[in-house]
Amino acid sequence: MSQAAAQRLEAFLERVPYVRFLGMRAELAGDEMTAILPFAPHLIGNVALPALHGGVIGAFMEMTALAQLSVIAPSPKVHKTIDITIEYLRPGKAQVIYARADVRKIGRQIANVHVEAWQDHRDKPAAALRGHFLLSGT
Amino acid sequence: MVAWRGRPRLPYRHVDPSARALQTRRMTISPETLIEAARRMVEAVPQAAALGFKLLSVESGKGSILTPWREDLVGDPDTGVIAGGVVTALLDHCCGLAITSRSLEGGFLSTATLDLRIDYMRPAAPRADVTATAHCYKLTRSIAFVRAHAFDADPDDPIATAQGAFVLKRAQP
Repeated sequence: MSQAAAQRLEAFLERVPYVRFLGMRAELAGDEMTAILPFAPHLIGNVALPALHGGVIGAFMEMTALAQLSVIAPSPKVHKTIDITIEYLRPGKAQVIYARADVRKIGRQIANVHVEAWQDHRDKPAAALRGHFLLSGT
Repeated sequence: MVAWRGRPRLPYRHVDPSARALQTRRMTISPETLIEAARRMVEAVPQAAALGFKLLSVESGKGSILTPWREDLVGDPDTGVIAGGVVTALLDHCCGLAITSRSLEGGFLSTATLDLRIDYMRPAAPRADVTATAHCYKLTRSIAFVRAHAFDADPDDPIATAQGAFVLKRAQP
């Protein structure tokens, strides 16, 4: 994708304080964005296992969807989440986690996005998210 | 004549012996023990501590947690509204608290989220703290069903609601 898309993504990641709290990054390869959440001790939800907090994985996938939307539906404002459904497939290990968003439908007002997060193997997802997002005016 | 193959199937064979052991172990725990366990769960979990969670109340099957507003948890810098992700983590954790408070009596150890559905009704007020309350309304031998909601000022005017199913992991005997 173009230089402009990379700039929009960078601007989104820079602008949202919560993205920095998580420590989330993202990379664009052509039109495909991969979000990366490096492991950090404050992301732990279960000390005994140890495992990432379920809420962190959900939040990371939600931010992945919003980051992808910031690239393909540029807007000066942040798009709003309407609803999300999170499926937890495997425990999130205490290591880096990746996610990719698939924008299934983008309308005038609403976008439908699927996100999948994985750790060691792309075909063994740790969690998945489906969500609807209200697009802010461009 | 029918030949026997292997062990005869006894009518109670499907009963998990550990479940029966659990029933005999079922006990009522004191409010102090419950509050102590809940406080550990809300304040000692690294992610919960990082988000600044505070335990408001806990009773069997119910729990309530507050997240104080903080600059670094903002999701929309134009408005100063707390990020949806924080609300997601808060609702998830509060569901866990509600289940733990109820399942402690049954000797369960931990929970893992199976699925969680969150509806965002409206953004929180700028710079507002967010409170979540959760109710574990059904507990089977292996699954807990929970509803939760999050609000900023008025519990009857929620910013988000959640519905989830969680897997229960039993304590090793």
